[in-house]
Amino acid sequence: MASLWEYANPVKFMRLSGWLLPVTALLAAGLIATGLIWGFFFTPDDYRQGSTVKIIFLHVPSALMAINAWVMMLVASLIWLIRRHHVSALAARAAGPVGATMTLIALMTGAIWGQPMWGTWWAWDPRLTSFLILFLFYIGYIALWSAIEDPDTAADLTSVLCLVGSVFAVLSRYAALFWNQGLHQGASLSVAPGTRMDMTYKLPLYVCMTGFGLLFLALVLAGTRSEIRARRARALLTRERARA
Amino acid sequence: MMPDLGPYATEVLLAYAVSLGLMAALVLWVWLRGRRIKAELARLESRLNRSPNGQD
Repeated sequence: MASLWEYANPVKFMRLSGWLLPVTALLAAGLIATGLIWGFFFTPDDYRQGSTVKIIFLHVPSALMAINAWVMMLVASLIWLIRRHHVSALAARAAGPVGATMTLIALMTGAIWGQPMWGTWWAWDPRLTSFLILFLFYIGYIALWSAIEDPDTAADLTSVLCLVGSVFAVLSRYAALFWNQGLHQGASLSVAPGTRMDMTYKLPLYVCMTGFGLLFLALVLAGTRSEIRARRARALLTRERARA
Repeated sequence: MMPDLGPYATEVLLAYAVSLGLMAALVLWVWLRGRRIKAELARLESRLNRSPNGQD
């Protein structure tokens, strides 16, 4: 069986991602469309939340991917720091804008849902606040990559930023448990007994979550391929200038 | 057929519009950026291959 580290080789990564990308993109589009159509058109209103319960099919998957994207960036950053594989640093870079967008969607859908349900768009609640800080970390991460010209230095510094920001990614996930206060309720989905959500909502939600996960994978694969090409272009330009 | 969203129709539709808009913008940005970088690299490679010192 091929070792995972083989795909740290850009040529092998490009070959693998070349056929994996269209498959994941098509699956993501199909699952997101199915999950959202199912959730929007074929689920009943909740007895307390009314039709706003339909926002859950966007809010929960995007919030999940906002945190998981940062975890993926953390793992890729650690691989860069320890093993110096360029593909992992470039994959972390590619995940940044995707994670930031997912965080923004989670924040905005949360605010839109919160206005009629809580009576406010925003509250300085532990989970909401940690999510906002996570979003700011995403913006900082993207800005740091763009601000530093040397790609290896940029990868080093952004990896350190990613390690620091991981605190807020963890807080975003568990804030509602750490502080038993604030407006945000606990996890919507749980393996613990005493299930919180009916299967009528759970099934389309699982479809959406899988679709969002595959969308993230497809966008990171596409972004990493672009970063590898951009890196090669930079190397060629540098070589050309050295010859001139 | 559009479901009856009751008094929260604005909020639900706004949430879907914002989310789908952001996702579409992200997909478009990733795709266009990828296309631009691919074309730039192809242009650069063909230029270097044409130049007498461009071959490795």
